Order: sequence, then C-alpha cells, then structure tokens
Amino acid sequence: MKPAPFAYLRPSTLDEALTALAGEQGAKVLAGGQSLVPLLSMRLAAPAMLIDINALPDLGSVQVDESGVRIGALARHAEVLASSEAAEVQPLLAMALSHVAHPTIRNRGTTVGSIVHADAAAEMPMVLRLLEGSVDVASVRGRRTIPAAELFAGPLESTLAHDELAVGAFFPALAAGAGVGFQEIARRHGDYALVGVAAHVQLDGDAVASARIGFVSVSDVPVVVDVTDAVQDTAGDPAAAALAELDPADDIHATAAYRAHLVKVLVPKVLAAATDHARERARQRMDS
Amino acid sequence: MTTKLFGTKVARVEDQRFLRGQGRYVDDLLTDDPRLLHSAVLRSPHAHARILDIDVSDVLDLEGVVAVWTWDDLTGPMAEPLPLLIPHPALTHGRTQYALARDEVNYVGEAIAFVVAVDRYVAEDAVSRIRVDYEYLEPVVGIPAARAAQRTVHDDVPDNVGARMTQENGDARAAIADAPHTITLELDIERSACTPMEGRGTVARWDPDTSRLTVWSSTQTSTGVRGCVAAKLGLDLAKVDVITPDVGGGFGVKINHPWPEELLVPLAAMTLGRPVKFTEDRREHFISSAHERAQQHHVEVGFDDDGRLLGLNVEFWHDHGAYTPYGLIVPIITSTQLLGPYKPLNYRVSFESLYTNTVIVTPYRGAGRPQGCFVMERTMDAIAAYLGKDRTEVRSTNFIQPDEFPYEHGLIFQDGRELTYDSGDYPASLAKLKELVGWDEFEDFRAEMASQGRRVGIGLACYVEGTGVGPYEGAHVHIETSGKVKVATGLTTQGQGHQTAFAQIVADTLGVRFENVEITTGDTRKMPYAVGTFASRAAVMSGSAIHLAALRAKEKALRIAAEALEAAEDDLEIKDGVVSVKGTDASIDLGTVAVLSNPLRYAFDEASKAATQFSVGDPGKPPVDEDDEPGLEGKDFYSPERSTFANGMHAVIVETDPDTAEITILKYAVVHDCGHLINPMIVEGQIHGGVAQGVGGALYERMAYDESGQLLNASFMDFLMPYVTEVPTTIDIDHLETPSPLNPLGIKGAGEAGVIPSAAVFAAAIEDAEGFPITAMPISPSELFDLRLAHAPEATPTAAAAPAPTGT
Repeated sequence: MKPAPFAYLRPSTLDEALTALAGEQGAKVLAGGQSLVPLLSMRLAAPAMLIDINALPDLGSVQVDESGVRIGALARHAEVLASSEAAEVQPLLAMALSHVAHPTIRNRGTTVGSIVHADAAAEMPMVLRLLEGSVDVASVRGRRTIPAAELFAGPLESTLAHDELAVGAFFPALAAGAGVGFQEIARRHGDYALVGVAAHVQLDGDAVASARIGFVSVSDVPVVVDVTDAVQDTAGDPAAAALAELDPADDIHATAAYRAHLVKVLVPKVLAAATDHARERARQRMDS
Repeated sequence: MTTKLFGTKVARVEDQRFLRGQGRYVDDLLTDDPRLLHSAVLRSPHAHARILDIDVSDVLDLEGVVAVWTWDDLTGPMAEPLPLLIPHPALTHGRTQYALARDEVNYVGEAIAFVVAVDRYVAEDAVSRIRVDYEYLEPVVGIPAARAAQRTVHDDVPDNVGARMTQENGDARAAIADAPHTITLELDIERSACTPMEGRGTVARWDPDTSRLTVWSSTQTSTGVRGCVAAKLGLDLAKVDVITPDVGGGFGVKINHPWPEELLVPLAAMTLGRPVKFTEDRREHFISSAHERAQQHHVEVGFDDDGRLLGLNVEFWHDHGAYTPYGLIVPIITSTQLLGPYKPLNYRVSFESLYTNTVIVTPYRGAGRPQGCFVMERTMDAIAAYLGKDRTEVRSTNFIQPDEFPYEHGLIFQDGRELTYDSGDYPASLAKLKELVGWDEFEDFRAEMASQGRRVGIGLACYVEGTGVGPYEGAHVHIETSGKVKVATGLTTQGQGHQTAFAQIVADTLGVRFENVEITTGDTRKMPYAVGTFASRAAVMSGSAIHLAALRAKEKALRIAAEALEAAEDDLEIKDGVVSVKGTDASIDLGTVAVLSNPLRYAFDEASKAATQFSVGDPGKPPVDEDDEPGLEGKDFYSPERSTFANGMHAVIVETDPDTAEITILKYAVVHDCGHLINPMIVEGQIHGGVAQGVGGALYERMAYDESGQLLNASFMDFLMPYVTEVPTTIDIDHLETPSPLNPLGIKGAGEAGVIPSAAVFAAAIEDAEGFPITAMPISPSELFDLRLAHAPEATPTAAAAPAPTGT
C-alpha cells in the first residue's frame, strides 16, 4: 500500500498552483487527502503530479454574513462544524457535517474537497445541491462560479475543467420561513450512509410553499427531488415521488430494496423535522 | 509472605508503554540500520489459475531493486510445500501451499514472487512490473459450491473433501428415532477474521561473523517459527534465534506458521548478507492471512417432554479455504465443544472439511467454538420454543451437575486427549446470569417498551471452553545478586498483560516485590523449549510453569539462607525480597543469597566480594556440591494430563427498530468462570475485548467474496469492524471461581471466552424480539429487513411469539 511514484509540488501562491495545474495533464490537487491518499496507496490512482495546496494563503477561512456561508478550499470539515455563526445562518451545515466520517477525518478533510470529489455517497455535495449553493473555481484562464445544479457531471465526476481549482464554496443562508432537517442511516457511526436524507421546507404562513429533498447513497450523482406537490396534496406520498427519481443499488452492505425502504422511512421523518424547524424559526422570529 | 497479589486488580504495567506509543513492534526494528532492505510480494489476482510463465525481466532494471525470487529460484526444502503442522488420520487429503506458488494459484492473494528492494515503495513498483501468464480455472467459492464438487480446487481431490470425521457417544440416530419429539435445524455461520491491529511482519539478520541468523517475527510461537526456519533453510537449530518483540494482537492468525514471508525474509537476509524486513499491509492481511468461521450445520435432535436431550446428531461442513496447514483443529473443536455445559444421552457428530478457492482457514479466537455454541444454543432455544418452556429451564434440565465432575463425554478433544471436563458449576452460573441481566423481570420491560412502540428481545447462550491445552510450557526464574528476579517463559505475548499477571505469580510465590520481577516471553535465546500462545493457554501453562520454577528457586534460596542464618528452613520466611527467621531480627536479602549461591574467583563489585573463594564455603568440600549448581535459579515445566474447561454464560437485551431494522444493544451481561482469577482486571479486559469482537462477528463483519473468488471488502472501510460506538458502553460481569484441579494455581484460560457465545446470544435476542427464527449469522439490518418481509404473510410478528422450528 505505497503509492506509485509521482512528482510533488507545494506552491505558495495561487498563480503558481494554477500554472502547474494547467501545465500537467496528469496532476491532481491535494487538500485534505482523505479520499485521494487512500486511492494513491491502493494504487487505484497514479497521478503524475500532486499539487499540494495546503501552503496557499487565504483559502482556510469560513466567512459568514447574512447572505450565507463562504468556505475556503482549505477549511476543514471540523472548522466549518465548529463555527456557530455558520450553524446559525445555515443550520443544515452542522446537521450534515456531524455525519461526515469521524472527528479525525473531519480534522483533515476539507468541505470543498469533498464537494468537488462529487461522491453521491457523501453528505456535502448533496447539501450544496439542496441549498442551491455554488463553487468558485480559478484557473489560468480566469475565475468562474459554478452553481451546484451544474456541478455534478457523473459518478465521482464534477464539471470542473482539468486546469480548474476549486477555491471556495458558498452555501446560501436559510431564508426566513424556511427549515431544514437531516437524518441518515449508516452501518457504523461515521460510515458512508446506506441512505441519507436532507429536507428543505419553505413555508408561506403555515402552509408549505416548497419542499425539496436531497439524498445520499441512493443515486450515482447527488440528487435533489422537489416534492412540493406531493406534500401539498394530502393524498400525496413524497417518498414515493422521490423514489421515482432515485436509483438505489445493491452492495455488500444493503440491498436496493432495503435502501428504498429506508427512503420511505426517512422521508416523512425528515420532512416533518424540516417543517417543524421552519415553524420553530418562524416562532422565534415572532418572539424576537 | 508479601501481600498477596494473586487475585487482585493490579494495573497492567505494560500499558504506559503501549499507550504512549513506546511499544516496539517488528516494523519498528532495525529502522536505523542503513543496510536494511524491504520486501513486497506479488500476489495472485485470480482465485484459481495455472501459472504458465512468470517474467521478471523488467524488475531488476528498476533502480533500488536488489533481488527477486519466484518458485524456480527456490531450492531444497524451500522448494517443497509448507509444512502441514497438525496432521490427523482423518485429514486424508491435506494440502499446503508453496512459499511461492509453483504452477497453480488457489486463492486471490497467494504469494507468487518476492521482491527485495531499498524501500517498500520501490519493492511495490517492482511487483507491478512482474508479468505472469495465467490459464484461468473456474474457482470454487463457498460451501455449497465445494459440496457440489462440479469444479475442484485441487485436481487430486475430486470431491473437494480434505477430511471426513465422525465421533459418536451412544447411538444418537436410534435415540432420535425413538424420541417423543424431534426438531431439524439448518444453521449457517459466515467467514470472518482476526484482523489484529498489527498485521504479520518479519525481520531477519544474518551475521556472517558468527554464522548466526536472528529472526524477529510477529508470531504467536517463536519456537515454532525457529524450528521451521532452521528446517527450511537447512540450518542447525542452534544457529537460529527467533525473537518476538511487542505484538499488536494475534487472535489466532499468528499461530499458523511459517507464513511464506517468515521463510523468504530469512532466506533473503542470508542470501544478500543484509537485513531484510517484510511488513504486511492491511489489504494483504485480508487476502493472504487466515480467515475462519464459515460453516453450515444440519442438526437433528430428539428430546422428551422436559426438553431433555435424548439424541443429538450434528452434521456440518467446514470451509477450510485453499489449503490445510493447521489441520483439522477448528472443525474438531466445533464438533466437541458444541456440547457446552450439556449432556445429551446420545451424541453423534460428523463433518466434512472442504476446499474452496479462498484464503486459508486457521483458528480465530474461539476457534470453532462460536459455531458450536451457535448450533447448540439455537437448538436449545428451538426446543424451548417447541415445548413452550422458558429457555433457561430447558438448559437447566440438560446441565451437567456440579457433583458429576470430572465429566467424561466419551469423545476425543483437539489435543488428542479424552474430552473430560474438570470442574464447573453451571446451575450457579445460570442463577447469577439471570440475576445480572434481569431475566425474570424481562417480560415487564418488554411490555413497557411495547407501550412506547419499541421492540426488544432477550437472549442467552452458554459455553464451555477447553483451555490450557498441552503439551507443555516451561519457565526459568533467576534471582540476580541485585535481588531482582528475571523470568523467562517461551510462549509469546500479544498484549494480554503477561508481564503483569506472571509477575503477580512470581511475587507471591517467591515473596519478592512485584516491581522487581521482569518477564521475558517469546525469545528462543532465553527459553528454547516452548509451544506458543493460543487456545487460552498462556496463564494455565506458563503461569503454572512459572509458579513451579519460582518454587524451585525459593527452595534453593531457603536452603542457602538457612545455612547463612544458621536456622532451620522451616523457620524462614521470605517477604519483600528478604529472608528472615520468623519472629527474630535475623535476616538476609535474597540478593545476598544469590551472591552466596555462586562461589566466585573474581570480585567485580562490592557484592561479589562476599562470594569469592576466600569468603564462602567449607574449604573441606567442593565450592559447588555434586548435586548442586551455581546461581540462584529455578527451572521447571508444566505438562498437564489434559485441558482444563472454563465456562461462561452471556445474555443480551437488544432493541430492533420496527422501521429501519437497526439492531441496538441495550444490555450485555456476562457470567464467567475461569477458575481462580490471577488478575480480575485483566480477565475483565479480555472479556470486554472478546465481547467487542463478538459484536463484530454477530452484527457487522463478514468476508464478502464474489463468485469469482474476489474479496470485495478487503479494507476497514468495508469490513465493518465495530467502532467503540458500536460496542456496548457497559458490560455487566460477574465471576464464579470453580478452581481447576489440574494445575497448582487452580486456574483456567480466559483469552477467547468473550467471543464464543456472541453469534448465539445475538441470534437468540433478535429472534425473541422479532418472533421468527434466526438461523444464519452474522445478520445486518438489511438482512433483518429481508427476513421481516419473508415472514410478513404470517401476520404481524408479536414480540412474544415463539420461533417456529420445523418440528415433527
């Protein structure tokens, strides 16, 4: 379990990193390394060059304002999770991050790295998608912002061009009258979820104006399903509506049928939690 | 006598070192030696293939590569198959692999080529450059495929059966035919593995100046490895030293030997004249070390209205993987130990040990007992359900009673000796367990939980474990002139706390301070006669040997002290390392006694001045008597007539989520009887670890082989060893101490106990919660969900519903 030979570069400026990335087709970016390093060690990946961005300045911050939470490419999951301001502005961040692996992995792994790794079994790509956030990328060609809806191209594949480096992600604040919920079932604490479900509910008065659900581990790419109609229809079945958009699969830990069953179990619970959360927030606004 | 340490919770003196990262494991050795070379192994990517050609021509071009071996490069005994360690008459078709595959590979992971290079990185680069031409053969994966024998693993074993064995006491089939009630059960257990924190590892250094080979290996038997290395490399035994440094867990996998690398590393070190190291990585451990547990069982049982076992007939199929280096130990243990604390009037057991194209099977903590316990305890629960009786009542009806010891089962155990239990008090153990877990109050708890929409179940399982198997262990106790006591015993230590427990015995027996006792284990330079650490035998075997050796040292100390103090030996006592005449001020330090024991010509320090030839002894006699030896030492061996049988009973309360089918442990209780406890804290630690490992085996771990023989979960990401979060936060433990009459300390083994009843006890509790039979373990929430669907048509399961065995 030793990686194949690779060139290693630890640039100290963003320009240097971007130039290197543009110049080497076989380069991979190393941030927290929680997915990449095991792949290297198992020789499942053998990039010609690793560009270690950990020495780059100004990428480690978690900035919070009324519009939302802006997370730098070097901010660790643990730092985002520890930010009470971030949790205040967008509560789904902390709800989901507490399910991301274990403290030791969260201490190293970066939230932005996890997002652009684009694993549909990971929490944060789905959360970004559900919250309609975005990723800022930079290359020698310039900068652009990729909306979450356009970020995921396929299994473990993002729409970043090879020469592009994700420098940050933006999670919009939770709007007034909105609520979120998150629940997942894993074999062991901290494992990849068998099924994870997050919900975002927007109220209009006491009525549900919009209900959207994001899923972990039941599709190839992070999937969000709008179940507003099914929620508004008293005879509607949001879980069934969601399942029509999902593609649960068998693996050594669970059958597809069991995963589908968990979707049915979790969707109503998480929807209810998100709705309660929205009402609770509305009450708190009224009180304050 | 010094304050008695035997039986007290002395804190483990090892742990400071281990927890501070100061342990020294094989991989830590020789790291500063610039001449040290590293190795990597090319392993078969195919479960079954003929090797047509191996091309290593690209390898030596690579900078940093020093040498590469394939089977063609091996000569003499090294080119022969590895030893079949424990032959047995029933093992008619035993097969072992070569150190490097000769012309066929029989499992994914089998060693094909061995590369030595300047570091492990380069060695792995080199391995990836070796080209092998294979002719693919259809693999045999799993017990059903092995039994069907449409394909074979070995051409010369046409039915895939390595061994068939039957034992019988009475006439079980006739008894079942005549019994008022009969039940038939099919019971399966899947593969798992030991997965110690430290994998295998070996370092070897050849010293050309002394023509001596030193091998450090992460093994459970240094003397075994030494014998194999000497034989395979054609060296005199006296030229080979094998040292076992700190070992990060064994759990059985490291008792098998020699592993190919345990021979290839010394071979390379001798050939190259440089030290060579092999450190197994985690993926290698999954695909090239041993697994265990996979068995399928067919049970027929006949019983009376009380649930008394009139006849029990068990037939089972044991998956031993691609080769049989460790013989039939695991299935023999299942076949004998499944009897547990019970006494069926007639018992017949037969098994087939089957070849499959998967990793070899050798003992894993419990070694066949978890399967046996699962079979017997599932049978007990099925009988109770059939008769509508409390599960503890059916067990009580069948218990061997305290006045029936020694109890002869009329079978032959794994050590070739008669299966005779030495002691135990099963009714007392069960009474303690019921109290501890709240068995009689459980229905109230169930009702209370049900009123909250929660589903709970309770299960129990009993086992008897043959521990302390022979043939022997020895010990050498040396009291130095400083008064410090150096003790050597040959078996190895994998973290059990031998330094602590053995020092407790020595401190008590000799009357010295605990801190002044140092224990050396697993070093053939200090104690070349030894067997190894397995079968819960270290405390019983080496503990007893150390006690006997310490007694000899004490005897000599008293004799010399009596002379020096001019007193009778009977009037002397030893306390805190001082020999004194009882009731007087007259005394002499043990260190001084050691000085007196060794008449010297040369005085090298103050103490030794007292022992020179002009200071001691009667000038009219030889300085050392004819029947005496210099030095204050004791050496002895312990070799018991047969194994001693520990026992225990576990109970668990689980909650099964009605929606998600997740299984949560609410309470885990253990009553444990391993005779006299040397150190209750260490015993409880062993139980905690065993229960944790058992939780893994019952609810999380399995070896997921696909049809082509690829292991799909060869990493800790997908092989679900439980985290601390999956293990019960508290384990309630109560002890019973029925001493063994077979050894001087009255002790029995405790190392494996915690893991034995896990599959049985969880199956029982889940069955109790769900109301349908659980016949295959491990079980995951996904599988429990499937079972719920399968049993759904028969109305909604009620919590108290009895399981439904197929009865007649």
